[in-house]
Amino acid sequence: MSKDNRVLEEITTSEYKYGFTSDIEADSAPKGLNEDIVRFISAKKNEPEWMLEWRLKAYHHWLTMKEPTWPNVKYPKIDFQDIIYYSAPKKKKKLNSLDEVDPELRETFEKLGISLDEQKRLTGVAVDAVLDSVSVATTFKKKLHELGIIFCSFSEAVHEHPELIKKYIGSVVPITDNYYAALNSAVFSDGSFCYIPKGVRCPMELSTYFRINAANTGQFERTLIVAEEGSYVSYLEGCTAPMRDENQLHAAVVEIMAEKNSEVKYSTVQNWYPGDKNGKGGIYNFVTKRGICKGDGSKISWTQVETGSAITWKYPSVILKGDNSIGEFYSVAVTNNHQQADTGTKMIHLGKNTKSRIVSKGVSAGFSQNSYRGLVKVHKRAENSRNFSQCDSLLMGDKCGAHTFPYIEIENSTARVEHEATTSKIGEDQIFYCNQRGIATEDAVALIVNGYCKEVLNQLPMEFAVEAQKLLALTLEGSVG
Amino acid sequence: MLTIKNLHAQIEDNQILRGINLEVKPGEVHAIMGPNGSGKSTLASVLAGREDYEVTDGEVIFEGKDLLDLAPEERAREGVFLAFQYPVEIPGVSSTNFLKTAVNQIREHKGLDPLDAVSFLKLIKEKMKLVEIDQSLLSRSLNEGFSGGEKKRNEIFQMAVLDPKLAILDETDSGLDIDALRIVANGVNQLKRADNAVIVVTHYQRLLDYIIPDFVHVLYQGRIVKSGDKSLALELEDKGYDWIKDEVGSLV
Repeated sequence: MSKDNRVLEEITTSEYKYGFTSDIEADSAPKGLNEDIVRFISAKKNEPEWMLEWRLKAYHHWLTMKEPTWPNVKYPKIDFQDIIYYSAPKKKKKLNSLDEVDPELRETFEKLGISLDEQKRLTGVAVDAVLDSVSVATTFKKKLHELGIIFCSFSEAVHEHPELIKKYIGSVVPITDNYYAALNSAVFSDGSFCYIPKGVRCPMELSTYFRINAANTGQFERTLIVAEEGSYVSYLEGCTAPMRDENQLHAAVVEIMAEKNSEVKYSTVQNWYPGDKNGKGGIYNFVTKRGICKGDGSKISWTQVETGSAITWKYPSVILKGDNSIGEFYSVAVTNNHQQADTGTKMIHLGKNTKSRIVSKGVSAGFSQNSYRGLVKVHKRAENSRNFSQCDSLLMGDKCGAHTFPYIEIENSTARVEHEATTSKIGEDQIFYCNQRGIATEDAVALIVNGYCKEVLNQLPMEFAVEAQKLLALTLEGSVG
Repeated sequence: MLTIKNLHAQIEDNQILRGINLEVKPGEVHAIMGPNGSGKSTLASVLAGREDYEVTDGEVIFEGKDLLDLAPEERAREGVFLAFQYPVEIPGVSSTNFLKTAVNQIREHKGLDPLDAVSFLKLIKEKMKLVEIDQSLLSRSLNEGFSGGEKKRNEIFQMAVLDPKLAILDETDSGLDIDALRIVANGVNQLKRADNAVIVVTHYQRLLDYIIPDFVHVLYQGRIVKSGDKSLALELEDKGYDWIKDEVGSLV
């Protein structure tokens, strides 16, 4: 074995930092999925009839669909009857303030480093925390309320703002869209709803924190963001999950609706449990995220840092319907050990003078497989549309893989589409250069990888960027000897 | 400061160094010269700890420690600095960020607190003048898109900031025009003190017009075959390396 390989050999020692379980009494549905379970979930949430009907319609459609097999990932067949579709921490009473949140639940959040009161006092981030499906507490509501901004759990929105939910749910990702979106539509447990009224610039970053806690539960959250004309919002989503041997399914749906001249920035730091170093356990993260730039001059920007999950399968996309609208996708996907990621984006140009930009940075280490899959489609009416795509892959060691699957469909001759792709190996000479200046190998790798991902990390809000940098270093810990 | 005894090293199965002996004391400047392929750069790399080379015999004592026993980053923290012949590019990492990481890891090794942003900036500003380096260069990605001269100047700038006990300059003059050469040499001279030492590895004597060596050694076929003072460098300039080769050849 060459020196290079020996140095890059130990790709396996980093342990998952967020691996602990909370002993909170949970209120769960029995295993399996049938019409009764859908009814059970809806009843648990005390939903109106129209919501139940919508769920049932999705469920019946799901029954007619087949699990997709085209992603470049391998896993044993999922037994959908062996999953608990609903698990909520048992509510003792209705919560009026943060102080009333279950102390153990609070402790869980503290371990995650997102203590709600800390958040409240220091960071100016409004957090809607979703622990196993039910939104526990929402901060900053009052301040947002004064501006007419709605930021609440999805269940709450179903009760409080049924007209908005009815209007927008499934309008970007229809129940028939794909297998997992249909499944989510049938059994979604909770999630977040965010509505920014006309002309309002949301003064703070809105943040949701997801965590899968109970064993064998899938987390099926649903996020809906509506930005009215001329509004702006930056939305952050962070995810972690405790360590478990079995694989857990996570199938979320995120829908974004951007009206004329509005802007939505959606940032994700995903750190679900990736499984142990032999590939046992970990989250299956099968997510549908899509936004539509409905109005002219609107903009949707996705930024994601994906370091977790055993399998990641997601393509945050933008439909550029309005003229002069802009879609962006900035992604860092890091895979280590036996992780698999098949991720990318779809930019669908329908309107005139629409622009999209894709910057994807993949980092593969260990035995992992990392694929970029992206579609740029220019419709025949989309005059003068432009796309720029850059897909870079960085390999660490010689047992991992990086793959790029770009799809380009152009129906209009005025379109300008550029695609650049590079694949590189982390250089021994780069590491030696750092070593020679006194920098330890592990820090050198963190430095080099962070440098490589800089263009994407720069897109993240400050607090998140720092966390993301640490996460990158943590994920790749021990990846070089 | 540095004692090299009977050092043998090879890469893959090629024996490159075949018994180097060298003694460097504080305050001294040593020049190592020699024809291409004589092992000059190998010696520099072995001292810095590049893993491609395997030391097969001999020892290197630096400040009382067995240098060959230390990892490359430990050697650096102990005060060994290598100015690279081909400085490496690291995209997305600014020189400033890179150097700050290096400075603080070296400080940690010495049991010192890390420098805060203000003190670090002060240090940088002070050292920038030595090599007439432009501030804008420091915020750019390390060595990326730098000209040959800028890369070499940046090496000496890093040397100034890290303040090593022993600096090894590996062909620092290659690819430099006369102005850049003077700037680089000036920087090195200003950093010279009674308690540090420099090993200048070079093919040509022109750098030695600016950095005056106390000793000149000629490396040929992995051994130091001749040592002398500055005049030896001039003699080499005048006569080339062939007479050395002949001299050595006649001994074999």
